[in-house]
Amino acid sequence: MKISQDRVIGWVLLAVAFSALSSLALITTFIFKEGVPIILKQGVGNFLFSNDWYPGEGKFGILAMIVGSLFVTLGAMFIGAIFGFGCAIVLTQFCPRRLVSIIKPAIELLAGIPSVVYGSIGVVILVPFIRDYLGGPGLSVLAASIVLGIMVLPTVTSISVDALQAVPRAYREGSIALGATQWQTTWMVVLKAARSGLVAAFILGMGRAVGETMAVIMVAGNTLEIPLGLTSPVRTLTSNIALEMGYASGAHRQALFATGVVLFVIIMVLNTIALAVSHSKAAGGRR
Amino acid sequence: MAPHERKTRLSDLALLGVVLALTALGGCRSQKQRTVNLVGSTSVQPFAELLAQEYQSRHPELNVEVQGGGSTAGIQALENGIAEIGMSSRSLTEAEKAKGLVPIAIARDGLAIVVHPSNGVTGLSRQQIQSIFSGLITNWRQVGGSDMPIRPITREEGSGTREEFIKRVMGKVRVSRGALVQESNGAVKELVRGDPGAIGYMSLGLVGGELKVLAVDGVEPSVEGIAQGKYPLAREFLFVRHGELSSDAQAFVDFVLSDDAQHLLESEGLVRTK
Repeated sequence: MKISQDRVIGWVLLAVAFSALSSLALITTFIFKEGVPIILKQGVGNFLFSNDWYPGEGKFGILAMIVGSLFVTLGAMFIGAIFGFGCAIVLTQFCPRRLVSIIKPAIELLAGIPSVVYGSIGVVILVPFIRDYLGGPGLSVLAASIVLGIMVLPTVTSISVDALQAVPRAYREGSIALGATQWQTTWMVVLKAARSGLVAAFILGMGRAVGETMAVIMVAGNTLEIPLGLTSPVRTLTSNIALEMGYASGAHRQALFATGVVLFVIIMVLNTIALAVSHSKAAGGRR
Repeated sequence: MAPHERKTRLSDLALLGVVLALTALGGCRSQKQRTVNLVGSTSVQPFAELLAQEYQSRHPELNVEVQGGGSTAGIQALENGIAEIGMSSRSLTEAEKAKGLVPIAIARDGLAIVVHPSNGVTGLSRQQIQSIFSGLITNWRQVGGSDMPIRPITREEGSGTREEFIKRVMGKVRVSRGALVQESNGAVKELVRGDPGAIGYMSLGLVGGELKVLAVDGVEPSVEGIAQGKYPLAREFLFVRHGELSSDAQAFVDFVLSDDAQHLLESEGLVRTK
């Protein structure tokens, strides 16, 4: 009786698990089926390395958006890494436990704020500030980077905290016993030992930054020009899809799916690197 | 062990029962309440919502649902049978007419060229607007304003407002790649409100009091200018039907074309159809 019940539950759970997997497979096949033909038709080089995005004339080149995504993501990770790693180091090495129990949940709370809210705050406060003090239209690489940098903080911080906490206590104790100060211990021992975990945190944060859409549409300006500086407006791959998908039909729609294919490949590569790095850490630990 | 087990089963059953009952209730409700779906242009949407509200206060038995998404999205929804009435802020293409889509003009609107209130320029010709949006004119000084870079703001590809603007102002000339792209009338308004160098185009009915509206070819975009056909950037707001309308939808359309509803639209800044 009991065994058969276990078995039934096992089957049900298996089915549930596979339905999640199959939705991933479905999404993948679908965007590739919709997107790849138009890339081949346009020519891979023309699609990836041309800056002519004129859907009305059947010209689809996404160079400006690839560069745009790259700039915005790098900017976001610059901010996200400095603050995220900084936070993680303070929380794990220098902070009284009481304070940690306040700061850490507060940072994790950032992840729960909807991206539209980040976008609105960006539009109302950040954009006018940049326009008035740095010039340009305000909607810019900088605005998008700052907003995204804050949005990736919870990802970067919480994964780095885990990585730093996973460093064996003996390493720290050994280092301090040898006469190193607390900072020397952190810098030379703990960070080195946790390096692969920190890299994984960085890359997962990057994946989040590449994929974010709503907040970016609101603060980036969405021009089709390749951005030339921090105050230039910019369009990212995700905003291109979200801006135009509502209306698009025919080849235009396919080209947006093709944009999705490029995005998919970028994020897959990032995630694979993150996985590989964190696995190599596990292997290193065993050695 | 056994009684405990039975207890959990009972509570599970009860939960299932509640869920089923709720679902059934939901089903009943939607059956009793008849619904007309409108999908389309974000320019028409606020006015359609107002009309739906007014209609429902008179006929509570009919539920009128209004969704945005854009003119082209609305027309697609209509073709797919998701919407019963499409809303469009651009005229139908020949291909769309050939598919059996029929436009019903519900009001006229102007495409307003808007700038920051501090801007000294009061009017532009269509030629000048074209040069600004194509990137030939880049400083307000070149059109009689102060020395300040011009930042044109356009709408996203496929927006009905953008298509009307392209048709009436740009013609075959491309909008500059450097133009900022915003995805709604509201976003254009917000940006122009804060940026002294900005110029954008949006539905006249939605401008409000905070922006400066420019005269085009010397004609102010007033209700009279549009009604008399003098304002060059006037356009029609359309409901679109595909085949015959249901009696409920027809009743709503009749209401929209009635004197009362047209008067309501007029008080909101649009111009009546006739």
